[in-house]
Amino acid sequence: MELARYRIEIYYTIPDSRGTVLQQKLQRLGFPVSKCIRTDNYLINIPLNDSQIEKVARALVQPVTQNYTINKPYAPSDFRYVVEIGYLPGVTDNVAHTTREIIEDTFKIQCDPEKCVFTSSTYFFWGELKIDAIHEISLELYNPLIQRSLILSYDEYIKNGGMGNAIPVVTLHEDTKAEVVSLDVPEDELIALGREGIKNPDGSRRGPLALDMLSLEAIKKYYRDIEKRNPTDVELESIAQTWSEHCKHTIFAAQLDNIHDGIFKHYIKEATLRIRREKGKHDICVSVFSDNAGGIEFDDDYVIADKVETHNSPSALDPFGGAITGIVGVNRDAIGFGLGSKPVANRYGFCFANPFDTKPLYKSKDPNSKMLSPRRIMEGVIHGVNVGGNCSGIPTPQGFVYFDDRYKGKPLVFVGTVGLIPKKIKGKSSVHKKAMPGDNIVMVGGRVGRDGIHGATFSSEALTSGSPATAVQIGDPITQKKFSDAIVKEARDLGLYHSITDNGAGGLSCSVSEMAREAGGFIVYLEKVPLKYPGLAPWQIWLSESQERMTLSVPDETLEDFINLMKRRGVEAWVIGKFTDSGRGIVYYNGEIVFNIDLHFLHEGLPQKTLTSTYTPKSHPYHEFDDPENITEHFIAMVKRLNTASFEFISTQYDHEVQGNSVIKPLQGKGKVNGNATVIRPLLQSTKGVVFSQGLYPSYSDIDTYWMAACSIDTAIRNAVATGCDLDKLALLDNFCWCDSTNPYRLGQLKEAARACYDFAVAYKTPFISGKDSMFNDFKGYDEHFNEVFISVPPTLLISSIGVVSDIAYCQTLDFKNAGDYIYILGITRDELGGSEYLAYMGETLSGERYIGNTVPHVDTIMNTKVYRVIEKALRAGLIASSVSIERGGIALAIAKSAMGGLLGAHIDLQAIPQENIYRNDTLLFSESQGRILVSIAPENKTQFEKLCKDIPFANIGQVTDNSLIRINALNGNEIVSVSVIDLHSAYKSTFSEF
Amino acid sequence: MAKPKALILTGYGINCDEETRFSFEIAGAHATIIHINDIIENKSLLNSYQIFAFPGGFSYGDDTGSGKALANKIKYNLYEEMMSFINRDTLMIGICNGFQVMVNLGIVPALTQPIGNVEVSLEHNTTFRFQCRWVDLRINLHSNCVFTKGIDTLHIPVAHGEGNFVASQHIIDTLSKNNQIVMHYIKPDGTLAQGQFPYNPNGSMMDIAAICDTTGRIMGMMPHPERHIYFMQRDDWTYLRELSKRQQKEIPQYGEGLQIFKNAVEYYK
Repeated sequence: MELARYRIEIYYTIPDSRGTVLQQKLQRLGFPVSKCIRTDNYLINIPLNDSQIEKVARALVQPVTQNYTINKPYAPSDFRYVVEIGYLPGVTDNVAHTTREIIEDTFKIQCDPEKCVFTSSTYFFWGELKIDAIHEISLELYNPLIQRSLILSYDEYIKNGGMGNAIPVVTLHEDTKAEVVSLDVPEDELIALGREGIKNPDGSRRGPLALDMLSLEAIKKYYRDIEKRNPTDVELESIAQTWSEHCKHTIFAAQLDNIHDGIFKHYIKEATLRIRREKGKHDICVSVFSDNAGGIEFDDDYVIADKVETHNSPSALDPFGGAITGIVGVNRDAIGFGLGSKPVANRYGFCFANPFDTKPLYKSKDPNSKMLSPRRIMEGVIHGVNVGGNCSGIPTPQGFVYFDDRYKGKPLVFVGTVGLIPKKIKGKSSVHKKAMPGDNIVMVGGRVGRDGIHGATFSSEALTSGSPATAVQIGDPITQKKFSDAIVKEARDLGLYHSITDNGAGGLSCSVSEMAREAGGFIVYLEKVPLKYPGLAPWQIWLSESQERMTLSVPDETLEDFINLMKRRGVEAWVIGKFTDSGRGIVYYNGEIVFNIDLHFLHEGLPQKTLTSTYTPKSHPYHEFDDPENITEHFIAMVKRLNTASFEFISTQYDHEVQGNSVIKPLQGKGKVNGNATVIRPLLQSTKGVVFSQGLYPSYSDIDTYWMAACSIDTAIRNAVATGCDLDKLALLDNFCWCDSTNPYRLGQLKEAARACYDFAVAYKTPFISGKDSMFNDFKGYDEHFNEVFISVPPTLLISSIGVVSDIAYCQTLDFKNAGDYIYILGITRDELGGSEYLAYMGETLSGERYIGNTVPHVDTIMNTKVYRVIEKALRAGLIASSVSIERGGIALAIAKSAMGGLLGAHIDLQAIPQENIYRNDTLLFSESQGRILVSIAPENKTQFEKLCKDIPFANIGQVTDNSLIRINALNGNEIVSVSVIDLHSAYKSTFSEF
Repeated sequence: MAKPKALILTGYGINCDEETRFSFEIAGAHATIIHINDIIENKSLLNSYQIFAFPGGFSYGDDTGSGKALANKIKYNLYEEMMSFINRDTLMIGICNGFQVMVNLGIVPALTQPIGNVEVSLEHNTTFRFQCRWVDLRINLHSNCVFTKGIDTLHIPVAHGEGNFVASQHIIDTLSKNNQIVMHYIKPDGTLAQGQFPYNPNGSMMDIAAICDTTGRIMGMMPHPERHIYFMQRDDWTYLRELSKRQQKEIPQYGEGLQIFKNAVEYYK
């Protein structure tokens, strides 16, 4: 390794909370660490003199609380072990980039962005630690996929003179020419090509193309018949990207049984088309399924866009990097919507395994192939969205966490961004964009490295030991913030470009070919693409997924203005080619054509797959247990389940107040209870709002995916309506995270879910505006005893809702406001405990394994629509003092949340609840029947409210009390729950108290 | 009299510029967002402004320590102009990351002349975690700070990872004596938070949330007044609305943070 000239170590002269917090955490995990100190190190390889390097050190140190050493180890006395964590070569080091800019600002010089500055952190540990323990501790501190660690004992450190000046400079000595790949090879060779990738000269393979025989045959035929040659590696890799499941959604597009046009067109898109037709002039859609995000009308002048992405596979390998890249990546979908919308809110949703589960999983039989623990994955993912969202200045109000052991092999990480854009810019529609022939292809943002190569094809495969580590990237929110502001707040309104899109999966290969559909063709010169380091092959430059880049089409007339503006905003921009109308995509590298394809073939040549499915809903054993005589204990246990407990620790670490747009917050009431919908006011001068919520019931998939999807839609809608949105102003987004999607049974489940999406979206007239799927969330590996395991996530459908609130003054929160208010329930409760949180809890308590049941909730859209209309009217009339949609955990959870939110008591009578054929108290309390809302009403509004309810099932089921007790009377009149709200509240907050 | 002109700085990861501009506008100023590079290019720009705001955000991603890199950029590109701006009868406010930048430039508390020494620090929160939550603040009524005139308490949010105010005992004593400590974190009952989380969200010494310079014209604060301009931005507005309705009181339109910006405008009347 190369050595840096200077090593600056910054250490604290006062107690450093970072060390203290880490020490406490390690103690909790069972390591006898008595003290921990951290230093931040800067390795600088720039020819500076002594006084100059002193100046640099002074710019890096906080003189009141810190001090520094230069080329001299900090060397605290008598520590036990020291661990240094730095990055591997080529991994984004944001702090190093800022340090370089500090040096450039200070001395007015230019330094090589990838070779001059590197950072590392050193942790000194005291305590009775053995070497095994310090190795385990180091794994808490770093991820071997992107970072390196060096562990030294005290003696070694002293002997060594500290941690050394080695720097991770990238050195590549590879051939950087394009190659021709012969497709005239035997079938097994062709299969291997598709599955494992193009062969390197040494016989190893580059990594999956994820092309099946059907696709390979189509490619072969095209080259044989049309081009009359073999493809280059650049072409083949590019086709594989474009045709990947990730980009083309081949399963949703495939003929499935008798559905010839595929389930996406047949169910999802068709639902939207029909709804738009039926709504006529009340259609809210502005742009659906065609752009980076979907757009609905906000008001006469603005459009609001929304997109929810998944970033599951990368997050399994590097939770922090995967999550930050996910959130910052989906921000670009907003920036790339129309001519560029301004991100105004982020969403998140995480499906994890139990973070307290310590049994390891292994990728292979090698004990060193241990997967990250559920706790590490959870911590890393949460932190990734924290840094990505907070640093970008985009509020992150809406989100959820959901736990199931089947997410142990792959977590699901949903990230979404909402954008706001004026309908017209310079008199023209801002939503429709068109790259024109002759426009310059301009790339802005970061430089290109080997990051994320094969990301798209990788996520189309199940996670096994062959997964490439290059699939991991680290986001840099500040680089992105700079161009986001420059584009959305300046260049856009100056009309400096014709079209824009995100560089996401597939990098330039996908963004340029996508935009070329608008113009008709392109020519790109790869040598003009700026690289982080030399040695990239042309196919790597073309496909790299290095983050924080967008591609724009800029006409000659405004090119100079555009480039100048970017320069003045500290944004790098490069012209890399031109759009044409030739119908072909042509890529040169150093004067040689390395890619020359008919664009129609690239986009439309993918043969449609034909898939078949089988499906019969599963029937589960009926577990008999008595209706508990006293439910108090279960009532408390149910508010502290992983799936129902407070996740305040996430809500408070995500800035949901930035931009000043927060109206209904993630934490509601005095008791700061997680609500199920949030509202923002994206234009501070307007009283209109935007509501966000979601529905997700993976446990229902174990019974019937049709009703799982129906309930998810109903919940996403109901949550939004209960908070203040009109049903007519709501739209939906779908994210299918499926598993083992070549398995006919899984496909059958998928088809049923998609069919429900059509039925229920149409019934509620809530159009789908955008979606994304991820079809192979499976893990193949070994358990703690090295037995082979195949873990599939439960079929998971996230339905997100977004809607326009006509006046934010109609909004309401879930907390009870005043003792003496009447508590009402709207809607009917049925015996629908199948897949419920209560059955899972009872099963785990009684048998160690969750019960599933069979009576999954059904959805009565006609009745529910009536209920939702009543809520709309009552909220508008200001009659409702608190409002909460009843979802996971049933009535019990809704009462608990409203009471804990208001820190007030409640007295409830179960006899009063409108219901069908329920004879058990627990069923009444915990059934997850859809279509129900719990509200509280001031006594003076009682008559007026009841009058509004006359056509729907409703009942006054009790009263808010100020004695701070929740008391519930059973069907036979006996008191079966009596719990202090304070006790309940501390149980609710206890579950994640160590996070 | 003409509206005072407020310059709201932006660039390199600053992100509360728009709501800060909006707040000044609602308060009656004429506020403009300007990129730091545009000021460096045209330094005389500063001459036509009376108010300068360092908004919140994540300048340079907080890399190398919050506020340091942006302070460094100003120090090596705009320092003299900044000093001559301060030496006029101008106002300057730094919020959150803006406060961190001001501290690293030595603009606050600026106890010694010439100013520019780093005298205090805003360290990692003692939880070592970003905290976004609403806090209660008590204003030092004896302070000469222009921005807090006539305010006794404030309910506004914090959102930061590095807001833990640290200084030597000597500096703290001097700040106290000079009444340069402008805001303290308090409990809802009005007593000092005394370091107790979450009332004091970051572990600040003496529950310090904001300080000003000796003239009272320059203030740095961790909490965000620009996020509480309207009543319906507060965390408990649905509760307070319900209360007002039942007591048949009027539901307010504006929020508590607005007065900070009004005071700045008022100064020029």
